[in-house]
Amino acid sequence: MPSIVKPSAAHPSLVRNKLGLTIRDYEGSMSTLCAGCGHDSITAAIIRAFHESSTPPEMIAKMSGIGCSSKTPTYFVNGAHGFNSAHGRMPAIATGAIAANRSLTFIGVSGDGDSLSIGLGHLAHAIRRNPKMLYVIENNGVYGLTKGQFSASADIGSKPKKGDPNRMQPIDPMLLALTLGATFVARSFSGDKEQLVPILKAGLAHKGLAIVDVISPCVTFNDHEGSTKSYVSSRKNITRVTEMDFVPPEQEILAQISPQGKTAVTMHDGSVVYFTSLPEGYDPSNRLAAYSYLSEQQGKGEIPTGLFYVSTDQPELHELNATPDEALVNVPYSKLTPGAAALDKLMEGYR
Amino acid sequence: MHQTIRVNDFAVKLANVNGTGSASANGLLMTAIFRMGIPVCGKNLFPSNIQGLPTWYEIRVSGDGYQARALDYDLMVAMNSQTYARDIKEVRAGGYVLYDSSWPLDKSLSRNDVTFLGVPLAQMCNDAFGNPRERILMKNIAYAGTLCALLNIDMAVVEALLLEKYGMKQAMVDSNRKALMLGYEYAKEHLPCPLPFRLATIDANGDKVLIDGNTATALGCLYAGATVAAWYPITPATSVMDAFTKFSAKYRKDKETGRSNVCILQAEDELAAIGMVIGASWAGARSFTSTAGPGISLMNELLGLAYYAEIPAVVIDVQRVGPSTGMPTRTQQGDVLECAYASHGDTKHILLFPSNPNECFHFAAKSFDLAEKFQTPVMMLSDLDIGMNDWVTPRLKWDDSYVPDRGRVVSKEELESMAKYFRYSPQDENNVPARSLPGVHPKGAFFTRGSGHNKLGVYTEIPDEYQEVVDRLLQKHKSAAKFVPEPIIERREGAKFGIVSIGGCDNAVREGLDRLADRGIAADYMRVRGFPFDEPVERFLLEHDFCFIIEQNRDAQFKALLTLETPVPKEKMVSLLFYGGFPLSAKNVVDGVVSHLEGSK
Repeated sequence: MPSIVKPSAAHPSLVRNKLGLTIRDYEGSMSTLCAGCGHDSITAAIIRAFHESSTPPEMIAKMSGIGCSSKTPTYFVNGAHGFNSAHGRMPAIATGAIAANRSLTFIGVSGDGDSLSIGLGHLAHAIRRNPKMLYVIENNGVYGLTKGQFSASADIGSKPKKGDPNRMQPIDPMLLALTLGATFVARSFSGDKEQLVPILKAGLAHKGLAIVDVISPCVTFNDHEGSTKSYVSSRKNITRVTEMDFVPPEQEILAQISPQGKTAVTMHDGSVVYFTSLPEGYDPSNRLAAYSYLSEQQGKGEIPTGLFYVSTDQPELHELNATPDEALVNVPYSKLTPGAAALDKLMEGYR
Repeated sequence: MHQTIRVNDFAVKLANVNGTGSASANGLLMTAIFRMGIPVCGKNLFPSNIQGLPTWYEIRVSGDGYQARALDYDLMVAMNSQTYARDIKEVRAGGYVLYDSSWPLDKSLSRNDVTFLGVPLAQMCNDAFGNPRERILMKNIAYAGTLCALLNIDMAVVEALLLEKYGMKQAMVDSNRKALMLGYEYAKEHLPCPLPFRLATIDANGDKVLIDGNTATALGCLYAGATVAAWYPITPATSVMDAFTKFSAKYRKDKETGRSNVCILQAEDELAAIGMVIGASWAGARSFTSTAGPGISLMNELLGLAYYAEIPAVVIDVQRVGPSTGMPTRTQQGDVLECAYASHGDTKHILLFPSNPNECFHFAAKSFDLAEKFQTPVMMLSDLDIGMNDWVTPRLKWDDSYVPDRGRVVSKEELESMAKYFRYSPQDENNVPARSLPGVHPKGAFFTRGSGHNKLGVYTEIPDEYQEVVDRLLQKHKSAAKFVPEPIIERREGAKFGIVSIGGCDNAVREGLDRLADRGIAADYMRVRGFPFDEPVERFLLEHDFCFIIEQNRDAQFKALLTLETPVPKEKMVSLLFYGGFPLSAKNVVDGVVSHLEGSK
């Protein structure tokens, strides 16, 4: 994330995680995004989430498509393998990689153009397959690298820097995810790290595909009056649905916990996500309620944030395919070949 | 009238309505002849439809072992009144037509030079079976019974096949046997059995097997150790993954846990299918997809990514007729150029051209070795004729000493001792760098990208740095020429010219060479089995005054590839092109060669 090159030595006062690593061990190369880009804030949150989750860097696989957002995996966790693939195809490529090596911790970073236009079909089917991956959509409503065209998430009435306002219906990734049966549906704002980091950590621990839509204003092309994904507009319109806190099995992390409506959800690895429902009685296990709440709020021009829906009892990719606990890449060839004798026997059936 | 008796050398065409159960009767006949030790070839010429359209099945019996399509039909089994006119027209003079005489045959269809054999099949089945569905299905078995009598098919063999097929289902065995005997006994009583062309048990099949190319391909992938397969359903490639799924359930499943050492993903489209393959290969698994031309079109984008980022990927392309949807159930070799240069920018891929199920098996397995050795996509170009028809082929054999060639992959220990690892440097003698897999060691961490990169793998837009990498990729592709299967070259005494072909042309060309030799025309033959082309391919083309390049597409794609990728002057190559969608016959080859030779006199 850092926009200036920092010295590589870690200051002794830096907090070490249970692997003995400091946050510096989770940083990446210098960002080449515009100064003040919301994506850089998300990168910073991702770095914190991985550090706090004590994930070994070499066990992380960073997957992305093409676009401003998809460039960001170079800006975090240098010690992890990354794959900046092709526009919109990240979910498919990630699915193959997850099928091959389930022992890795996967993060997919995508944008609204990548996930909601060219790769919408892949996102939809990734939701159906439910591979274990944190899927971050860095959502700014525009195409930055090609100089500011609207994306499919642009709201009606959004004004571009030049030209006419958008009049087409936006595709909302949260409503889409809820409709398609996603098992973890959350939204945050790039400028709200206190909320974003625990959501990312919960997403990393989730058994299945965790879709996190992060409103991330584009400072160059979409941060001006009339743009509904600008900083000004976002800050004004965001309402928190749930205050969430993530508790890994070993150590409770202190954060603002709302005193009311606390709901605990146990993740597959034994860690617990607590979220505080706002409004009172909000039930993140009720897909239908989540859908109507979101539609209602968004109808009022508000952007609810938080963990809208989570389900931990649906099968993920490997359960659906009855693969072994061991990563397929680690299965020795001797266990994969039926051998010459078996073929000879099989051939008798073709005579 | 004096009739010459022909034993084990004739062709039968069966005209049916698709979706009525004729496939099992026709397969039964084909397998029975195979089991009688007689070389036989069956071709299913079917429509892209589920039920109601005309479909044909051809059985060619050849004691000499020829397996190409025969265009002279000695017997037409005309079971589809919709196509009577054209079917009856196709029978050779002196041949026979077997038809269902439950209804009278229109007089206008009559021919004086063929013999019509009527059997009241529908009538007999209606009388013998109560269930309407059974009546339709058993009519097929009844004509199979008639053919057993007419052609001397060993009834004991047919009985054994029925028992194997239906085994425990006694009712099925009984009704099939009953229908079979209806047709058989009627023929024995009313028809001139056996016909002058007939079968006699021999022992010419040795330990050969009867298998289709797609099944053999699936076995090749299984034995190569593929653990991730991704696909989108498409004719004529679907049966590759069907077979792989079936074999995986049999050989990869732990009986106690129910877990399988394989993950087969039916993707949302071919874009995703190849994406999954690339993702899985990137993570270190052996992975493949099976598809046809329309799928290759969609995969173009990511094939370029795999080429440039140097990620192995195995693609099985069972070619069908294009362009666009084309004719999905007909065969062609129309994807040669598309596969060779798939994707935008400068890309070149490794191609393998099997010509029979045995090669499908071995080449499929080899594809994984080549893909990993050269860290690039490898495409095996089969076709519908090879893939979906049953072939008498040498028994598939596996060598247990096989060790997968995973290519250059840095181990944890190597990374540990390395000062610094770079993905694209240094390269070996084949211009291949070393891969590092995720999850092994932090020092091996690498950012894979399809964007411009220098030899260290770092993003670049600097001309020299970019060129250095793509120049190495070109050299790497050239290095693969020595590792793809070598061409098969057969020389004949006194040959004046050469014939060159690929894949599914092989049977027709080899038979054509014999027929040309009968006429005193000798030609050398080369069947190319891989791309990039190695030196022997070039030499064969150069050492002949000219060569016929025989292939199954309109635009002479294989010839174009030879022209582009060898220094051979294109004047030395004469195209013979067949692209109507049916498999090639020797007659096509002979006529094409002879007419060119006569025309150039």
